[in-house]
Amino acid sequence: MTTATEGTRAQGLRRDVRRLGLFTAKRLLALFLTILVGVYLTILIANMGGRVDDLRMVQIQGEVSEMVRGDPAFQDMPSEERNALVQRQVDLEVERLRLDQPFIVRSFDYLHRAMLLDLGRAEQMHSDSGSRDVYDIIVERLPATLLLFGTANFLVFFFSVYIALSLSRRYGSMLDRSVIALAPSSAAPAWFYGIFLILLFAFVLPVLPSGGMVQAPPPENPLHYALDVLRHMLLPVLAMFLSQIFISIYSWRTFFLIHSSEDYVEMARAKGLPDNLIERRYILRPTLSPIITSFLLMLIGLWSGAIILEQVFNWPGLGTLLFQAIGHRDTPVIIGSVVIFAYLLAITVFLLDILYAVLDPRIRIGGD
Amino acid sequence: MGRFAALSELRNYPSAVVGMAIIAFLIALSVYTVITIPYADALDKWRGGEQWRLHPVNASPVWADRLTGGRAPETQVVSSRDAAIERQPFEGGERLHIPLQVNYQAGDFPSEMTLFLSAEGHEREPFARLVWRTPDGRELALGGTRVATQDRVSISQDRSLEQRLGLVPHIGLLATPDSEPGAAEVLTGDYELTLDVILFQEDAGFEADLVLYGRVHGLAGTDHQRRDLMVALMWGTPVALAFGLLAAVGTTITTLIIAATGVWFGGWVDATIQRLTEVNMILPLLPILVMVGTLYSTSIWLMLGVVVALGIFSAGIKMYRAMLLPLRQAAYIEAALAYGAGNTRIILRYMIPRILPVLIPTFVTLIPTFVFLEASLAVLGLGDPVLPTWGKVLNDAQSESALYSQYYYWVLSPAFLLMLTGLGFAMLGFALDRIFNPRLRAL
Repeated sequence: MTTATEGTRAQGLRRDVRRLGLFTAKRLLALFLTILVGVYLTILIANMGGRVDDLRMVQIQGEVSEMVRGDPAFQDMPSEERNALVQRQVDLEVERLRLDQPFIVRSFDYLHRAMLLDLGRAEQMHSDSGSRDVYDIIVERLPATLLLFGTANFLVFFFSVYIALSLSRRYGSMLDRSVIALAPSSAAPAWFYGIFLILLFAFVLPVLPSGGMVQAPPPENPLHYALDVLRHMLLPVLAMFLSQIFISIYSWRTFFLIHSSEDYVEMARAKGLPDNLIERRYILRPTLSPIITSFLLMLIGLWSGAIILEQVFNWPGLGTLLFQAIGHRDTPVIIGSVVIFAYLLAITVFLLDILYAVLDPRIRIGGD
Repeated sequence: MGRFAALSELRNYPSAVVGMAIIAFLIALSVYTVITIPYADALDKWRGGEQWRLHPVNASPVWADRLTGGRAPETQVVSSRDAAIERQPFEGGERLHIPLQVNYQAGDFPSEMTLFLSAEGHEREPFARLVWRTPDGRELALGGTRVATQDRVSISQDRSLEQRLGLVPHIGLLATPDSEPGAAEVLTGDYELTLDVILFQEDAGFEADLVLYGRVHGLAGTDHQRRDLMVALMWGTPVALAFGLLAAVGTTITTLIIAATGVWFGGWVDATIQRLTEVNMILPLLPILVMVGTLYSTSIWLMLGVVVALGIFSAGIKMYRAMLLPLRQAAYIEAALAYGAGNTRIILRYMIPRILPVLIPTFVTLIPTFVFLEASLAVLGLGDPVLPTWGKVLNDAQSESALYSQYYYWVLSPAFLLMLTGLGFAMLGFALDRIFNPRLRAL
């Protein structure tokens, strides 16, 4: 008897894993195609009508003639000869940057390399370790961004679910109503709160640094280094937290309230089950999927907000990198950042899809 | 429940009333702004330059100073047109004695002192000698100068005067005798700057304006280019509202039409739209806007176009699709088909109007998102090149490190207006959500 039950259970587990695997493979394929289209669109937008090429040609011409004119070795050259030299140098530069091929050929070349994360070489910028590869430049900045946004998102996620649950229990109380009244404050993005926090805690009351990631020079001791990073993280994380927390609490409290008035929850209450159990098994479990969806949308919004928040706090992440690339008009870095942002969004979507599948029994059992 | 009953129900929500009051105020401010400062005027003013020469640099708002009990000076302009000029003609010229009287009562020193001189129609440049008289009877010779057609004597930057006084001139000239640097006190009373001018021509004009630049100015203060921030704060309102509204209308309507088309035709049309939505989801909006802004133009209209274009296949499609799907089999649509209504007619006249009321809250909460998006772009330095907007004021403030220099008003006033806009629409939107959303009504 017991072996038979165990047998079915093992069978069920195998079926679940198989279906999950199938689902994951399908999602991966779909996302791969999605990224392919997305990246190609990015490349097309970046070079709509060849404007970028024109900009780069002007820049190359300017730089080369500046260099030739500034070089004392060419001072005595007759102007025709000098112009010919400039033209030769420009041609060489054009060939080096592959600007002589038609755009459509280059675009597929770009796409192929972008998908393999071979993002080319930067025109002006270089990473702190001196590499000119866009990939190196971006990867160097990625941990800072992930650290900041990961921390803030997890804090918002856990705090808001916890607070929303306890508020839905005390529905209509003073605390509940004041949190609801605060929800519209999330209309302002994190960087906006950031400005106020900097004003308050870095200038009016100078207790925290106004920007950056570590003090200069960075502390030698790893422990002090970590503490210093933590100190610099406090304000940006707080800014993100403030701008997201109330709206998250509001929307999740609404979910919980709707679901806590379902018949099966009333039934569980009537049976006299403890509140904790009701919350975990009867309210939280069925509402997890919509929670994940809204969390996903929030994450996507936050990635975009990253650029300005980092710029306001001078945080050395991807956003600041993109901003610097704008200043240098370094097209490969700009396109590379957009591609990386697209990848990050796709990974976010993928992870949450998988989570969704694990949580939603319909996907495990229903097959499709 | 009728649609109007729903709207009148708004009165029961205090937050909705406050939100509507804020929106009404912003709309009134926009209308007033557009009428009092015409568009061309605003652009011209915001370009800056000579027209602002009588405004102080980085002066804070008057009310901020008065509220904290300060008596900081406002800008005083003393013109020779109001002065009692003595004229003494002589052979081949004229000698003018111009007393420019200043009654100085403020509790702080001016931020700068400049004398603007204009001598129109002279063949030979006139010569002016300046003497400064204090209320306690001291006299200080400020030297002499030849006067070009349009000339300015920057008294504050007179290095030799600074050495003689031991203090920066605009402080030293108005301080009590024997003031120490750093602890100078204002001597209030009647000052006089006397100009002795020799003209080498009898009938030509000569004018002088002494400007004691203040430390406070108007309701909004001024920026590093002497521009009155009021221009940008006021003009930022219609720009922000127009951008937010147009972007919200553009994205909502197009998304709705696309979603309805997909639901109505089904099949590959629907599938394509769904796939495009997924592609759109991973396209990072802000980086793309940044890219377009750097590579093409930062015109606000181009940005609006890109926002709408990228918003067409936004995540909202999934939500609208869920709402529209049950409508496909509705009896009234069958009836429309029976009388021979075409596809376009069914989509535009039968399906979309049906779900519009549910969209109103989403639409209202969407507006501030776009207002902040525009401000975000401006803060990144990708604001419209000519239009004065709140975001551009913030950007200027940031690049001039306003917080570090303690020009808090420069950051706080545009931020306050942004916050007001965000709150107004969000409060109304949240209340509308509770009225129109049946699931929330029961709570």
